[in-house]
Amino acid sequence: MGHGPAVKLGKDDAANYKTKLGIKMFVIYTLVYATFVGLNATNPRAMESIIFGQTAAVIWGFGLIALALVMALFYNHLCTKAENQMNS
Amino acid sequence: MIYTQSPLAISLFVIFVLFVLGLSFYLSRRASSADGYYAAGGNIHWATNGIAFAGDYLSAASFLGICGMIATAGYDGWMYSIGYLAGWIVALFLVAEPMKRLGKYTFTDALDSKFNSKAIQLMAAISTLLVSVFYLIPQMVGAGVLVQPLLGLPHWVGVCIVGIVVTLIVATAGMASTTYVQFFKGGMLLIMSTILVGMVLSRGLSTTPADNNGAPYHDFKTLHADSALVLEEEGYSIVAGLDSVFGKAGFIKLAKDGQDSIWSFTKTDAGYTLEETLFVTKMADGSKLFNGAPAEDGQFFPIGHVKELRINGEEVTTTGAVGPLAFLSALKDSTIVLWGKKYIKTDGNTTTIYYQKPTPGARVLRPGLKFKVDNATGLQKFNFLSLMLALFCGTAALPHILIRYYTVPSQAAARKSTIVAIAAIGFFYVLTLFMGVGAMTNGVINIADNNMSAPLLALSFGFIMFSIISSLAFATVLGTVSGLIVAASGAIAHDLMDNFLGMQMTDRGKVRAGKISAVIIGCIAIYLGIIFEGMNVSFLVGWAFAVAASANLPAILMLLFWSKTTAPGIAASILVGLVSSLGLILVSPDMWVRYGNLPADAPVQFNSPALISIPLSFLALVIVSMITQKGAISNNASESA
Repeated sequence: MGHGPAVKLGKDDAANYKTKLGIKMFVIYTLVYATFVGLNATNPRAMESIIFGQTAAVIWGFGLIALALVMALFYNHLCTKAENQMNS
Repeated sequence: MIYTQSPLAISLFVIFVLFVLGLSFYLSRRASSADGYYAAGGNIHWATNGIAFAGDYLSAASFLGICGMIATAGYDGWMYSIGYLAGWIVALFLVAEPMKRLGKYTFTDALDSKFNSKAIQLMAAISTLLVSVFYLIPQMVGAGVLVQPLLGLPHWVGVCIVGIVVTLIVATAGMASTTYVQFFKGGMLLIMSTILVGMVLSRGLSTTPADNNGAPYHDFKTLHADSALVLEEEGYSIVAGLDSVFGKAGFIKLAKDGQDSIWSFTKTDAGYTLEETLFVTKMADGSKLFNGAPAEDGQFFPIGHVKELRINGEEVTTTGAVGPLAFLSALKDSTIVLWGKKYIKTDGNTTTIYYQKPTPGARVLRPGLKFKVDNATGLQKFNFLSLMLALFCGTAALPHILIRYYTVPSQAAARKSTIVAIAAIGFFYVLTLFMGVGAMTNGVINIADNNMSAPLLALSFGFIMFSIISSLAFATVLGTVSGLIVAASGAIAHDLMDNFLGMQMTDRGKVRAGKISAVIIGCIAIYLGIIFEGMNVSFLVGWAFAVAASANLPAILMLLFWSKTTAPGIAASILVGLVSSLGLILVSPDMWVRYGNLPADAPVQFNSPALISIPLSFLALVIVSMITQKGAISNNASESA
C-alpha cells in the first residue's frame, strides 16, 4: 500500500478547529450561491433591474467572485492564527 | 470564415513548446523516484502551485468556450465562470487540507486511506480514468480547432502535435514538468488576457466596429418589399418565397448576380422588411457552402455589433475609452445585435441560417438567452439548477485538480495555494466577461464556430496580439492536457497496477509504469481527439463536471465528515454516481440528437444529471454503509487486536 502523504507532515492540533471553521464558511457561501441560482431560476427578470448603474446579475456575479476571495483570505487568516496558537 | 496563418503565432508557439520540452528534460532528474514523478517531490511552493492550479484548471473550455459563449449568448456564458469559481470554495473549505493529509499520489489514496479496500481502489481508478478522458476529449478537439486557422494544418495534425508534446512533457518529468508548464501557462494567460481587456476598454464601444485585419465590417443590408413581395431594390430575383419551406420558417431566398442570399422577413404596414442573414449549407455529399459559396471565397462575414449606443440616455456613435464599469453600463443601456439560429432541410441539404436579433443590453447582461429560465417549465428550471449544481460540486472532485495537493509540502501550503488559485481564477473569470462582450461588439465572431472569439478579438487589435493570444490558446491546451495525463497515468500505474493488482514494483519500476501509462493515455487522447472532430469544445467538460461531482464528491465528503462511512459504502457511491450520471447523459436530448433522433423523443428531457445523480450517490453511500456497519466494526476490532 502506497498511502500516506508524499512528504512527512507534522502533527496539526488545529485540524479540528479548521474543519469546523471550513464547514461554517462553506455553508455561508453555499447559501449565497444558492440564493443567486434560485433567483435566476425563479425570477430572472429581477436580475435585469439596475443597482449601482449595473444589472443586478452583473452585481451578483462580481459579488460572488469577490466574496469567494474575501472569505478565502479571512479563512486563511483564522486558520494561520489557530495553527500558530495551537501548534506552538 | 477564412483565417490568416500567422508566422509569428507559429514562432511563438514553437518557442513555448521548445521551452517546456527543454524544461521537462532539465527536470527529468527530479522525476527518477515515484515521489518525484507523481508529486513533484512534494516541495512545490504554494504560490507556484496556486498559479499552476490556474494553469491546470483554465482549460480550452474556460478560455475559448466561455468567451465564445458570452460573445453569442451574453450573461449565460458568464454563469459558467461564476459556477466554476464557486466550486473552488468547496475545494478550499472542505477538501484541500484533508486531501493533503490523507493522500499520497492520487485521490484514490485519500479515499482508501482508512480502508485498504480493493473495491475502492478499482472504482476510484475507473472514475478517475473516465472523468479524465471526458475532459481530455474537448481539449484535444480544441487543439485541432486551433491548429487549422493558425498553422493551416488539418485537424488531426493539431491533435497529434499536442498529444506528442504533452506525452513527452509528462513522460520525461511527470508532475514536476507539468507543474511548471501549468505555472507559465497560467501566468501568461492572466497577463495577456488583462492586456487584451485593457485594449477592449481603451477602444470602448462603437456602432461601427473597427476594421478587422484591414477589412471593414460587413454592412448587413435591409431590403423593402410591398405586400406582393415585389422588392424596391433592383437586381434581386426570388428563389424561394413565402410559400416555400424557407418562407414558412420566416425566411426568403433571393439571388443576385448568380449569388444566393437568405433574408429574414417581418411584415409591416407597407409590406415586408428583409434583413440579411448568414447561412451555411451542408450538402448531401457532406461538403459545405458558406453564404452560398465555398469557404475560400470569404463570403461568410464575421459578426457582432452595437445597433444603438446610449450613454446616460443619449444616443452616441462611440464611447471612446471607458473604465470597466462604464463599459458595462453603456452596454446595458444600448441595443446589441445578437444572432439566432434555425435549421432548414431541403432535398437532402441542411441549411443553418443565422439571423439578426437586436437585443436590449440589459437583457444581454442577465440570464436567459441560452438557459431557458423565463417562463420556464419545471423541467427547464430543473435542467438549469442541475447544471449550476454540477459546476459548484465538480471542481473539488476533478482528479487532475486534486492531485495538485500532493505537490506542496504541508496542509497550510495546500490551503494557501487554493487561495492563490481562487484569486487568479476569479480574476480571469472577470476578464472573460469583458473579452466575451468585446467579441460580441467588435465584429469578430465566426458565428459558425464561436470558440475562436477570443483570438479573433485579438486579431482586431492587430496581428501581433492575435499571434500572442493564439499561441497562448494553444499553450492552454498543453497545460491542461498534461495535468489530465498525469492523473490518468497515476490511476493506471499507481491505483490499478500497484495497489489494486498488487504488482510488486521497485521505486524505479513505479516511475517506469507511470511513464508507459502516460504514453498509452497520450495515444488514446490523440485517437479520441481525431474521431471527435467537430464536437463543441465545452460540451464534454460539462459532462466531466457532472460525472466527477456525482461519482467522487459524495465519497470524498462522506469519508471526511461521516464516521459511519464504510469501504463498500464508498465503492457503491462511486459506482452509483458513475452509472446514474453517465446513464442519464446517454439518454439526454443532447445525446439523442447525436444518435440522429429528435431531442423531443429522448427518454429524459434534461441534459444535466447532477441534481439526480449526486443525491443518488449520497443515498447509495448511506444505505450501503449502514448495511455494512457490522463488518466495519469487526474489521476495526481485528485491526486493533
